Amino acid sequence: MSGGFHIVVCGSLVPDPLQTLEPIDGPNGPALKNEMMLPAVLDPWAGHALFEAAELAKNVPGSKVWLVSLGPKAKLQQLMMSIAQKVSFELVAIDGSAGGFTDPFDVAAILADAIVKIDGLDRSRLLLFGGCASASRDSGVTMQMVAERLDIFDQFLAVDKLTMSSDGSMEILERIEAGRYQVSSCDGAPAMLGWATGSLPEPPNNPQVGMMNMRTVMPALQKAQTAQIGVGGLSYAAVELPKQRRETRVVKDTPAEVVAQEIVDWLKA
Amino acid sequence: MNIDRQTMEVDIACVGFGPATAGFMHTLSQAMTAEDGSVLLESKVMPGMPLQVVCYERADDIGFGVSGVVTRGKALRESFPDLDPAQMPMAASVSDEQVLYLKDPLGKSRRSSGVRMLDRLFGLLGTSDHAVKLPYIPPFLCKKNGLVLSIGQFSQWIGNQLMGSGLVQVWPGMPVSEPLLEEDRVVGIRLVDQGVETDGTAGPGYMPGMDIRAHLTVVGDGPVGPVGQKLDEHFGLPEGNHQDEWAGGMKFVVELPEDCTLQPGFVLHTLGYPEPEIFGFLYVYPDRVAALGIFVPSWLDSPVRSSYRLLQYWMQHPAIWKHLRGGTLRSWGAKSLQESGQRGEPVLAGDGFARIGEGSGSTNVLTGSGLDEAWATGVQLAEGVIELAKAGEPFSRANLERTYLARRRSSWVEADARIAKQSRYGFTRGMIPGLLGMALSGLSGGRFNVGGVFRRPWERIPVFKDYFRGQISEQEIDSIVEGCRQHGKPLFEPLMDKLGWPPIEYDGQLLISHQDALLIGGKVQAAHGFADHVRFVDPDACNNCESQICVAMCSGQAITASEGGGMPEFDREKCIHCGICMWNCTTSRPGDSLRSNVSFEAGSGGLHSAEN
Repeated sequence: MSGGFHIVVCGSLVPDPLQTLEPIDGPNGPALKNEMMLPAVLDPWAGHALFEAAELAKNVPGSKVWLVSLGPKAKLQQLMMSIAQKVSFELVAIDGSAGGFTDPFDVAAILADAIVKIDGLDRSRLLLFGGCASASRDSGVTMQMVAERLDIFDQFLAVDKLTMSSDGSMEILERIEAGRYQVSSCDGAPAMLGWATGSLPEPPNNPQVGMMNMRTVMPALQKAQTAQIGVGGLSYAAVELPKQRRETRVVKDTPAEVVAQEIVDWLKA
Repeated sequence: MNIDRQTMEVDIACVGFGPATAGFMHTLSQAMTAEDGSVLLESKVMPGMPLQVVCYERADDIGFGVSGVVTRGKALRESFPDLDPAQMPMAASVSDEQVLYLKDPLGKSRRSSGVRMLDRLFGLLGTSDHAVKLPYIPPFLCKKNGLVLSIGQFSQWIGNQLMGSGLVQVWPGMPVSEPLLEEDRVVGIRLVDQGVETDGTAGPGYMPGMDIRAHLTVVGDGPVGPVGQKLDEHFGLPEGNHQDEWAGGMKFVVELPEDCTLQPGFVLHTLGYPEPEIFGFLYVYPDRVAALGIFVPSWLDSPVRSSYRLLQYWMQHPAIWKHLRGGTLRSWGAKSLQESGQRGEPVLAGDGFARIGEGSGSTNVLTGSGLDEAWATGVQLAEGVIELAKAGEPFSRANLERTYLARRRSSWVEADARIAKQSRYGFTRGMIPGLLGMALSGLSGGRFNVGGVFRRPWERIPVFKDYFRGQISEQEIDSIVEGCRQHGKPLFEPLMDKLGWPPIEYDGQLLISHQDALLIGGKVQAAHGFADHVRFVDPDACNNCESQICVAMCSGQAITASEGGGMPEFDREKCIHCGICMWNCTTSRPGDSLRSNVSFEAGSGGLHSAEN
């Protein structure tokens, strides 16, 4: 691939999955209780997309990675201190809600608009990366809508592996039912890949990468535009978290077989 | 083995992002550039640029795994004259302050004749809910006009401001393993190796920790920080100083029940229960949220202490439970506190380094205050650094003593620390001499004190047979010990049961198992690729250890008894990095009578909650 790829990764923060989440009625509709106090992490699927993008950029000379993030600026800033140590990227920050109750259509419009405005972006070389879904904010439709808005029609979802040929063509493994993969071929950019888990481990924290990234991260945060999102336009009939069951019971002198049988019965029920 | 490490050069490297480092970075960042953006404090490593200042924090985010606090806020208000608690989540002005003396509603605590007399004496003041509200709060303890804060939320609040300034950098998730020493000069820090096995040997994705070379290393890594420990090993403590007093703090953050009448800013201190030596606290934040917990002090000479179980008894005391019943756990945490104060002060400044905050002995145990003092020491160092940087002078020992130390020595932090220095000696002789000592030192401004001698756990924790004499027979003790060893179970549970402490009746909200508290409130996580940071130096010493207090006191149940006895097991992924194992171990290290058999080093992970 002459000149390399321009890889734009869409990804933002979600509440740390270890936290207890509780929906409440906020002034602008549903929200999570104490959301701004909860620790946040990079959306896990977007994280895989970012790590895959960085690896691809490392292997294809001339490539560059942008991370386009829509989220509350203060929380994005905090998040960047963690992920900026892992891989190199240039941040495009958009200040707005990253709650789980924003409309994917609105989110896609904002992300596409921000991508179009990236200085020096060559859309003929564009690979649009993101998570195949978000851990908090959509049902797996945002990335397709961003791609549509950018006139990208080669779209792949739940991607676990991307094999790049020297001519820029790609072989892509998408997850399908029954644990199998659909193998697709694509002539090259532009294309959209919504990643599942990919095949790379999370990179270790590297202080030098962090220092390099910070030269662009802080200015990007400072000039982040505010996006009007999650402030009405939708009405929610009801909001609830996926059901969780937690039951504490202390049993003494119970054989492991009995405990195991009880769990099996519970699962069957 | 010669390892090829990446290096990076900065002007100032800070270790640990707590209140002290926050105070340092805040003050320094205010002076680095002029309003027009021109550089006032120029970098030596990047000429023309402002000082390059980085901070490495072990926890996965800033403000993880710290504590709730009540503070007079003196130093904070000097830095933020217009400080409005409403700007910060989980903060309020102190609205009411009470001290409760808790009697024992179960009759199971170990009360000396002096404490029983105190029960009767305080009882004359009128008892309600098995507790006596003291009519007088001594001025040295009083936090009138102060603040209740979540240090976690405070750290995030100030951290965001700092990072938003673009002048300093704070990198979480990056533990620092040791200082870089060239003879007696500190020339920077070494970050931990990543991609290693639990024993520290290189594994897949091995990445040697980077060396950060710095003109000044600011050590604010708290009471169990590895850099501070290694500096103490190298330099020793100043003549006559000892770090021999500490406490294990454990707390809940609770959403109070809807009918709770406690108002934001309410502060409650308790003493007397579940053991007389255990102090408790309850601070109320806005929106019906409270931080509450206990401190298990070093002078509680019990070989069966378990902070978690004791905390559950404390919460159920009628005087506390009436406020909590129906509440739910939001967050949980624990930490150790270095309570030697000025008596445990290390070498505060040397060539290329300075120490600030709790690890520097700034915590004041008489006033029960640490955040404000820690912040103040950070500010004092920053002012010294600004003076030196403006003059283009190096960060030498002499210069740091002239600037930072001189400020610290002439400040209220030092004056208060001197009053507190001998205030708790009395506790080494018992609860009553301890309380008298605090009162005497506090009311006399430190002129009069009750004497005593602090001893290490291996010099004073009694063996089971002595401790339980008259309560549990030697045969029963032997049987319990043998049974627990065979099955790898902790000793404190059957022993406390045997003493008659009732089982905790779980309610699934506040009265929950330790493991549930870890899962619901602790949210502990550790990244892969880091070495175990807790090590038992001499396995034979563990084999011969009767009490295995490290297991009982482990806040995260990361240290567990081994089946068949012997050296306990350590699970890095459960550790919350409180370091209490190191302080509580009842065996000294071979050839080192000052340090315990537990080595607590640099590690990754811990609590994932900033609501503490």
